[in-house]
Amino acid sequence: MSYYRNLSIAQKQIAWAWGFLAIPVVFYALIRFYPTGNAIVLAFQDWNLLGDRTWAGLDNFDKLVADPVFWIVFKNTFVYLLLGTPVSLLIAFAIAFHLDRVRFMHGFIRALYFLPFLTSAVAMAWVWRWFYQPVPIGLFNNFLSTLGIPQISFLNSTTNALPAILAPAIWAGLGFQIIIFMAGLRSIPQTYYEAARIDGVSGWTVLTEITLPLLKPTMVFLVVFSSIGFLRIFDHVFNMTTNNPGGPLNSTKPMVLMIYDTAFNGYDMGYAAAQTVVLFTVLLIVSLLQLFLLRSR
Amino acid sequence: MGKIRNWVAGTAAAGVLSFAGGQAQAVEIEYWQYFFQARVTAMDTLIENFEKANPDITVKMTHFPYADYRTKVAAAIPAGEGPDVVQLFYGWLNDYVEAKLIQPLPADTFVPAEIEKEFFPMVQAMKRDGEYMALPTAVRSLALFYNERLFKDAGIENPPATLDELVETAKKLTQKDAAGNLTTVGITTGMTAQDHHWFREVLVRQFGGEPYNDDYQTVNYTDEAGQSALAFYDGLRSEHGVTLAGFMDEPQAAFKAGRAGMHIDGSFRIGALNKTRGLKYGVAELPAGPTGVKSNYSSYWVNAITSKATDEKHAAAVKFMQYVTSDEAMQIWLDTVGELPAKPSAALTEANSADPVFGPFIKGLEYANTTKFANESAQRQVMVDMLSRVELENQSVEDSLKAAAAEEQKILDEYYK
Repeated sequence: MSYYRNLSIAQKQIAWAWGFLAIPVVFYALIRFYPTGNAIVLAFQDWNLLGDRTWAGLDNFDKLVADPVFWIVFKNTFVYLLLGTPVSLLIAFAIAFHLDRVRFMHGFIRALYFLPFLTSAVAMAWVWRWFYQPVPIGLFNNFLSTLGIPQISFLNSTTNALPAILAPAIWAGLGFQIIIFMAGLRSIPQTYYEAARIDGVSGWTVLTEITLPLLKPTMVFLVVFSSIGFLRIFDHVFNMTTNNPGGPLNSTKPMVLMIYDTAFNGYDMGYAAAQTVVLFTVLLIVSLLQLFLLRSR
Repeated sequence: MGKIRNWVAGTAAAGVLSFAGGQAQAVEIEYWQYFFQARVTAMDTLIENFEKANPDITVKMTHFPYADYRTKVAAAIPAGEGPDVVQLFYGWLNDYVEAKLIQPLPADTFVPAEIEKEFFPMVQAMKRDGEYMALPTAVRSLALFYNERLFKDAGIENPPATLDELVETAKKLTQKDAAGNLTTVGITTGMTAQDHHWFREVLVRQFGGEPYNDDYQTVNYTDEAGQSALAFYDGLRSEHGVTLAGFMDEPQAAFKAGRAGMHIDGSFRIGALNKTRGLKYGVAELPAGPTGVKSNYSSYWVNAITSKATDEKHAAAVKFMQYVTSDEAMQIWLDTVGELPAKPSAALTEANSADPVFGPFIKGLEYANTTKFANESAQRQVMVDMLSRVELENQSVEDSLKAAAAEEQKILDEYYK
């Protein structure tokens, strides 16, 4: 105690500041950094959850590079990202832009768009899974067959399955993106628009010269946020293909699902950790790249 | 008042004394299994009976959701906590033995020669270096479920006894709408459910093959027998049009909804089917092959004594293992869970063999094989992909089979290296 009493006021302030900071620091170190570090170490080991961990060097990574399934999965993950992010942002912006002008039942319509975001992904994935079934139970195929159009294999197809799974995933995230876009639109000062109106500028120019540039911070946030979301896609894929996870023929399998399968069905924790390290690196690179490209000058 | 107070104090003191006395001799052992309501109920009954017969032993059961089970066991036993007797899937035995989580059953009580005489032959998969590591209470096998109402409507009297009859029966049961879309399948298919077992252990053998060599360490189904087996299985869809993989999402869903004439599944499905209102079903043995060969697949959960149990706990655990592998325990398990007794003496009683539902499953046990999986879900996935390549990518049966064998061999090599 006497040690504390001898400190100067500035030193006491520092001590108190660190005292308070210690709580989040310890929390992060224990809950975030320790497991992350542990997973990275595990990537260089072999472990089946039951026995001892043994050092494996780079074996897990060698296996990963030589695994044809990994490269299919790697490609799929980027297809989810490259299709999912632009499509969802375009739709969300188009809806937000027009919804912003709607006065009639504005709150109600906005709530309708937000509703899917509140629904459990698992329940939603199962409902969509049934929608996609062939006759006699699939909603879409029953509709097609009453019109006399041949059935479409939505999920049992190597080409259609990925977009079929991506569609509800995009739909589910739309509500959130719309709300953020609308908040961004509302935060643009009206004076710019007034000035443009006085100058008699066309609607297209207003959009490209005022609205979009001023929405940039919002877009940076949404691009990074939804990219990470699509790179980590799991619940929709897993629940829509539980019997043949990531199938048919791995055509819908994203990286997270491969990690899950390796870890909790194959009990090959080291190999799963190696995949996790790769996913972590990809996420890091993609996020940094986007922050760099969309940075404000 | 005084009298009553004295009486209360006296009884309380006596209670404390007897409680302390009981504590001194009593052994408590812990039993772990995963949570499945019927299994927990059955085990409660077994524990109650066991404690009645052995008043000095108490058994405490703990159960976990299936998903957490392995992790919890793995964490608890090395730490000296957790179960003295543990339930595990037969396919996990190697992992448990290697991690030294379980110890061999004492050979003086569980004499290997006697076990081989008393139990169904597939239980021998639990032997390591001449000692039994674990034993099942109950086993499961496959059988053919059929929808009695659809059979009656189609004018079919008996379930098919051979694979040829199976195809003919399925054709009669299949219904299509005006556009040619299937609305009722003759028989359900899908390697994702039980069909990968039907293919491996039943069809391959029935067409004259042997699915694996070297104690399930070498894949051996790429020969003519394997090709005929896969051609037959895929032919149900491609040639005869009596089925569609993934019809109504899951095979058992189609059968429950009365949209499938026949369905191959395990004895564990009986409970769910009995709960389905309006479904009248029958059970038959799996159809015999072209040369009359009968085969079946059996899987089971076993109980084992963990390495944590020593001294008096070990002795109590042995007693408990003896009880849960007794004929009495097996009958209780059959009546409560619907899983079949692991000993012919308990299974092939007159009442059980004659049972219209359990009978065909029990008959199947006599000629059942048990696949020793290295990684069941990965090996199942190989079968799923094998069929997908034929169906979705028009690969030939021969090529797809070869690709599957190569993939599965890789999984086995990695595991047994």
